[in-house]
This record gives sequence, structure tokens and C-alpha cells, in this order.
Amino acid sequence: MSIQLALDGVSRSFDGFKAINELSITVDKGELRAVIGPNGAGKTTMMDIITGKTRPDEGSVLWNQSVDLTELDEAGTARLGIGRKFQKPTVFETQSVEDNIALALANERTVWATLFHRRSATEAARIGEILELVRLDGERAAQAGDLSHGQKQWLEIGMLLAQDPELLLVDEPAAGMTDAETMRTAELLREIAGQHTVVVVEHDMEFVRALDCRVTVLHQGHVLAEGSLDHVSANPEVVEVYLGR
Amino acid sequence: MGLIDRRMGIFLAGLFVLTVAIPYGNMAMEGQPVPSYVVSLLGKYLCYALLAVALDLVWGYCGILSLGHGAFFALGGYAMGMHLMREIGDRGVYANPELPDFMVFLNYDALPWYWYGFDMFWFACAMVLLVPGTLAFVFGWFAFRSRVTGVYLSIITQAMTYALMLAFFRNEMGFGGNNGLTDFKDVLGFDLQSDVTRAWLFGLSAFALACGLLLAKAITQSKLGQVLIAVRDAESRTRFLGYRVEEYKLFVFVVSAMMAGVAGALYVPQVGIINPGEFSPANSIEIVIWVALGGRGTLVGAALGAIIVATFQTVLTGWIPEIWLFALGALFVFVTIFLPKGVLGLIEGRQRGQATSRKRSADREDGLDLDVRPESMRGGGRP
Ligand SMILES: Nc1ncnc2c1ncn2[C@@H]1O[C@H](COP(=O)(O)OP(=O)(O)O)[C@@H](O)[C@H]1O
Ligand SMILES: [Mg+2]
Repeated sequence: MSIQLALDGVSRSFDGFKAINELSITVDKGELRAVIGPNGAGKTTMMDIITGKTRPDEGSVLWNQSVDLTELDEAGTARLGIGRKFQKPTVFETQSVEDNIALALANERTVWATLFHRRSATEAARIGEILELVRLDGERAAQAGDLSHGQKQWLEIGMLLAQDPELLLVDEPAAGMTDAETMRTAELLREIAGQHTVVVVEHDMEFVRALDCRVTVLHQGHVLAEGSLDHVSANPEVVEVYLGR
Repeated sequence: MGLIDRRMGIFLAGLFVLTVAIPYGNMAMEGQPVPSYVVSLLGKYLCYALLAVALDLVWGYCGILSLGHGAFFALGGYAMGMHLMREIGDRGVYANPELPDFMVFLNYDALPWYWYGFDMFWFACAMVLLVPGTLAFVFGWFAFRSRVTGVYLSIITQAMTYALMLAFFRNEMGFGGNNGLTDFKDVLGFDLQSDVTRAWLFGLSAFALACGLLLAKAITQSKLGQVLIAVRDAESRTRFLGYRVEEYKLFVFVVSAMMAGVAGALYVPQVGIINPGEFSPANSIEIVIWVALGGRGTLVGAALGAIIVATFQTVLTGWIPEIWLFALGALFVFVTIFLPKGVLGLIEGRQRGQATSRKRSADREDGLDLDVRPESMRGGGRP
């Protein structure tokens, strides 16, 4: 299997504090990977680095073993095929649910293309499909700002799907969801994996168990352990810093 | 939704009625119920309205709170003023066929190179668009690329107009120093003092305002308009969707600056003067007040706001001139606190009667949001 994403010896400090420290992670194409770790472990910062929001001080981030992601900005990595869901659900609050999805749909992103864009029947159908998948078809015309926290999470996941990225970076998707919603999110992410590569950051152990995938434990910006959930749970260091809290 | 929704339809209809009625009352009715100066005064209001629409396009829809839009207006005005100066020809006090009076007075022996071409009307018209457009492009290119947002952006736009004001005050700049450009005689051969010319300029201002409104409406209703609103509401999210935010900001900023330039160009022949005072930072701040008062992000509201404030100003300065600035300040505070959706929001809210709670929460989102945390200051990202 070929490698989708490879971080090698990545470090980044903020005001002398090493948020990411010699981090090396490899994710295969089509893989579903969970990243866990205590608060402040650097999970979000890792995503910032992959998406070009934050530049590492050292190390390389390779996409498909060829493109150096540290050279790109957010829009650049997005156009390359990296989609990201924020830790705090971020949707376009004053626009309708439908328009939120439409804005995310894979399309030409230039000023001219958007100025003269007309929504095609294919697009409308795709929007419908996605809304159904994330169970928001009833809220199509609602303002995104009026959705509940959990619904906003879903909408953002829907936007992610609309982008049709090769790699999805999903930061704490289950926050603010009910148990049933959480399980459904896990199920959805499992479905998506295979066709897409998915990296999920999550705190909720039930959720990670439901993902049933390889787990990377991050601690102080460094990989502490990697393997199946049972494998890492058995690691005494992991238990000490994270699970045993 | 078409370009002409209810709000736009009512406004354009009203504008059309004015465009017919005002010149008619001035020129065709017994006893001249509309004095000539009023025609030009109203024409000036319409130019302000177009300027307000230009600002609303960037501020209301893209969150770019420009405190320097007066500069684009003034540059458009100067471009037109330069043409009007050249058109005076040898009828000036010094009767120099080549040099405007102020240049003769300042002992220029030749026309500065940047005055070349302004004797041609079409060239001046092109410059009305190109000069503000180019300034906006260069300024926006640097500002948006380095991700200057919020208060920081507002401050540098203010600095831009202030710097231009200081520059235009200098006699050596060749734009008439603090007197500016004035004593215009005619435009395209038509006497600027005649009622017919005034009526034409008034009508053209109304036409420009209508075109500006429709253009802004077309932009904001397109998918590009949705991207602009996305940038306003969640800039970073928009980037992660793959939109190059700086390109969108640059586009709308340049369009807006050109619109402001056109407003300035129509303003100058109607007031008969353009001087560096038009670049003053206070002028640009006043534009923001017009938009806030009328209703940010509504276009039509911005135009209304400009007209209301300008009318108010004319009445008040004729009555007790000292209190105008205080009244303006008080008005701004009042609107910010009590009318977050502006006058238009008030009128439309009344019409619809009981607003649902959903609508109300949406109003809050849309309110006069001066929130200006710069992304670059939130730490650590890209420089
Ligand atoms: N832009 C930044 N500026 C300063 N410190 C930051 C920045 N981003 C992250 N950090 C710090 O880096 C550490 C890791 O944060 P983060 O990646 O958000 O952790 P996690 O997502 O694993 O909870 C934290 O201590 C945080 O305060
Ligand atoms: Mg985090």
C-alpha cells in the first residue's frame, strides 16, 4: 500500500515551548487512523502543520511521497485534496445549510469561476445526497447559525465530504454529540475510509473503540505509542500519561 | 432571487421618480419650486449614496472595514477635476491656454507629465476608474497577502488616506495645494452653471447609483458573494475549503474603489471644487456611519443612510452649525446600540410585524460587528 502522508522529524515551538517535538507519523492511503493524547499533546498543532496553517521549524511533511506540504498555505493544501474539520465546529453561520455545502463542493475556486458560477443539476443532486447522509436534509433552508452544536458538527462533516478530499483530518468530531450521534459518526468515518484516508483526533474512548483502527498516542508533541487500541492501552507509559488519569 | 427584490425595487422606483421630478420642478414648473442649488445638492447626496454602497460592498459583505474609502472618492474627484481644469483653457484669470491658474501662480513653466492626457474627456474618465482601482490593487495586494485584518487593516486604510491628504496639501504635488482644483467653467462644452447641465449631472448621478447598486447586488448574489460572506463570517474556514481569500478580498476591494472613484467624479462638477480636505480621515469615518445607520450589508440601506445623514447635515449646519459633529457622534452611538440593523432594518422589521425568534437571532449575527481580532495575532500561524 502506498503512503499518503509522512511526517518526518517535525518540530515546532511556540515561545520556546516545543508543542511538536521530533514527530514522525506515516499514514497509508485509505487508512483510518485515530490520534489520541492528553490536552495540549499537540494534536491540533499537528493538523495545523499538515494543512499549511503553521510552518514547522524543522522536519518534512510529504504528501504522496512527492509534494512538500510545508511549502503550501491552507488553500494550497485544500486544493491538493486535504479537508479539515475544526475542533470547534466552524460553519458559515449566516448562510443556509444548503449554501454551506454548496460552498464546500469540489469546484473551481478562482474569483472568475465563482463570479459566474451557476449551480448545475449534478451539483444540486450531490448537495441533496450529502445532506441526507449527514441527516440534515430537513434543515436544508435553515440558517447554519441556528443549528444545535451536534448538527453543526454534522454540517461540517458534510462540508468535508462535499470537498471530496483524499485525506480528511477530523479534529474531535464527537464533542457535543449525543451517544447515538457519536456512534453514527464513527460508523460514517469507517464507511468513508478506504476511498479516503481519514485521520481522526478524539478524546472519547468509546468512540475510538468504535472506529476500530490503528491508534497513535501523542504526548508532548511526540509519538508515545502506536498500534491497536488494546496494544497501546496495555503500554504502561500510555496508561500513566493518558488513560490512567 | 432576481437582482431587483422588493427593497431594491422600491428604492429604484423612488430614485426614478426623483430623477424626473426634480429637474421638472426646477426647469418646467411655474415659480420654480425646486431652486437650482437644490438640484446640485441632491446630486451630491446621490454621489454620497454611491460611495456608501461601495463601502457596504467591502464592509457589509466581506468584513473589510475600510476607514480610507474617502481616498478613492477623492482620487476619482481629482481625475475629473483635472479634466475640468484643462477645459477652462485660456478663460482663467491668467489666460494661459496651457496651464491652469494655480500653476501660473506657482511659476510652473510647463504642464507636469501626469497632467498629460487629462484634456481628453475619455482619458479622464478612464483615470477615474484606473487611479482608485490601481491604488486599491496595490494596497490590497500587500495588505491582504500579509493577512492584515480587523483593526489593523482599518488603521492602515486610515493612514493611507491621511498620507494622501498631506501629500495633496503640498503645492509641489501639482494638484493645486490646499485650494485644490476649482473655478470650473464647463464640461464637454456645457456650462456647469446652467440648469440643464445641473439636471444632467443629477440624472447621471442617479443612473450611476442605480448601476452601482445593481452591480453590487449582482456580485453579492453570485456564488462569489457567498464566498465573500463566508470570508466575513469565518475567514479561516474559507481558506481551508481551498479559497484564496486574499484574491477575493482584492477583487471586491478594487471594484469598490472604482465605484467610489465614479462617485467622486460625479461629485466634483456638482459642487464645483475638489480639495485635499476630501482625503481627511474624518470623511472616511463618516462613510462608515452612513452605512451603519442605513443598515450594513443591505446595499440599499447604505444608500439611504448616506442620503439621510447628508440631509440631516445640511439642515443642521444651516441651523446651528456648531453641533453638527456632536450630533453625528451621538447618532453613531445611538445606531450602534439601538439599531444594529440600521434604519432599513427598523423599517422592514416594522413591516413584517412580529419577528420570529429565529429571525432575531439571525439579526444578532448580522449586527454591527466591529469584531476585529486579527488572525495573525491569534498566534503562531504563518507570518
Ligand atoms: N498558535 C499557537 N501559539 C502558541 N501556542 C500554541 C499555538 N498553538 C498551539 N499552541 C500550544 O501548543 C500546545 C499544543 O496544543 P494543541 O495542538 O492545541 O493540543 P491538542 O490539540 O492536542 O489539545 C498547547 O500547549 C498550546 O498552548
Ligand atoms: Mg486540539
